[in-house]
Amino acid sequence: MNCKEAINLIDGYLDGELDPLISQTIEQHLRDCPGCDQAYTAHGSLMRAIGSGSPYYRAPAGLRERIQSSLRVEIAGQPVRDLAQPAQRLYPRSQPVEKTFLSGMPWNWLALAAAIVVAAIITFNLAPRLRPGTDQLLATQLIASHVRSLMANHLTDVASSDQHTVKPWLDTKLDFAPPVVDLTNAGFPLIGGRLDYLDNRPVAALIYQRRKHFINLFVWPMESNAVNAPQTISRQGYHLLHWVDSDFNYWAVSDVNAADLQTFKQGFEEQTRPH
Amino acid sequence: MAVALPLRPTHVSKSADFESNQKVVKFVVVNKDRKHDHSQTGEVTSFEEAMLPHLDAAHNLARWLLRNEQDAQDVVQEAYLRAFRSFGGFHGGNGRAWLLTIVRNTSYTLLKKNRAADFTTFDEEIHASSDESVGPATILEHSEDAELIKEAINELPAEFREILVLRHQEGLSYKEIADIAQIPPGTVMSRLARARSKLKEYLAARIGKDK
Repeated sequence: MNCKEAINLIDGYLDGELDPLISQTIEQHLRDCPGCDQAYTAHGSLMRAIGSGSPYYRAPAGLRERIQSSLRVEIAGQPVRDLAQPAQRLYPRSQPVEKTFLSGMPWNWLALAAAIVVAAIITFNLAPRLRPGTDQLLATQLIASHVRSLMANHLTDVASSDQHTVKPWLDTKLDFAPPVVDLTNAGFPLIGGRLDYLDNRPVAALIYQRRKHFINLFVWPMESNAVNAPQTISRQGYHLLHWVDSDFNYWAVSDVNAADLQTFKQGFEEQTRPH
Repeated sequence: MAVALPLRPTHVSKSADFESNQKVVKFVVVNKDRKHDHSQTGEVTSFEEAMLPHLDAAHNLARWLLRNEQDAQDVVQEAYLRAFRSFGGFHGGNGRAWLLTIVRNTSYTLLKKNRAADFTTFDEEIHASSDESVGPATILEHSEDAELIKEAINELPAEFREILVLRHQEGLSYKEIADIAQIPPGTVMSRLARARSKLKEYLAARIGKDK
């Protein structure tokens, strides 16, 4: 993040309305940049001054009573108008029956709306697809893990471009043996491996490089009952690509473009497919 | 007749399928009317329970938008009437934001009628004379000066006054502000940023003048 970007986000940050990840990036920048840090402090003071310095105009005594009596005048006038309406509505046969029915029964619409909502909820829960909420939460965790790995200089626990070094190391640390393949020929050299913790369990993170970019590939065993279709998510400039094979769940996270990520996935699948 | 008395509105439509019987229709109308009376009093009570707690917020917003106490009270009263009439469309949720939207719209109707000047595009030339030498520290020293801040806010155009009040006095989220001011959520941050930086300029200009 450069200074211009940091200053553009100053209001959102101080209002606490930014994504936690972006906030983190800003905090990182403020630690490194005294100029921006000072601007943030000054802007924060201004904001507090607006809040504490400006008068709050409470409603004066009497306004409440004025409103209450005007509401009663309002309903007192109502029945006269209403009396005329049913008479006009009911007598002529030509008047569509539905109209009378509906205007008298807003609750039917509410009930219908409620039924639709209930049906939608049931459909969502019964559908074997991934539940959107869980998925979004996982996506957030995945991006956070990816960003943290780049930010904190903790990209790898075992740095090696040799799959036969990375794989045994991971095997000893985890209760499963993730596939590790060399994709140098496809343009994705292996950088190393790392342990991570996602979705309430330890997972393997394999790090591949694409030009100047890094791809974190998170791998953990498939839940037996999961029916996971391949899917892509794009968020905050990051692309997430998800696929499964008979044993494992894969989530690739990176800022490389979506097409590169697809190539990566294909390369990986070709290598892991049983021959 | 024994059948006619407990008629609920559901049955009114069915009765229309019968031959137009004056007698039956008459009973239906009386019945509906009495029910109506009763439910309306109940409706006022539940409306008041839901909306009167937000009276201060409603008044504060109108007062800042109109910059005039009498207009503010008139607008708040009118807004409560409008809110009551459309209360059927309010299905719970954020009552304060719902009411403030109506207060805001009612205020703008009056503003547009009375003071077209408030909606002229912001004149950068007139206000560009701020004293650049007044730094944040000086502004801070004056931050307790309520009169100064009030005057500076009152110089801002309505859309800026509104967003500052909603954020700094009501503490509403960007999402709620977007709903009330009827702008895209993505616009809230940039509008707030512009409002604050204009306010800073005005404060600096006023402090510079007093020096």
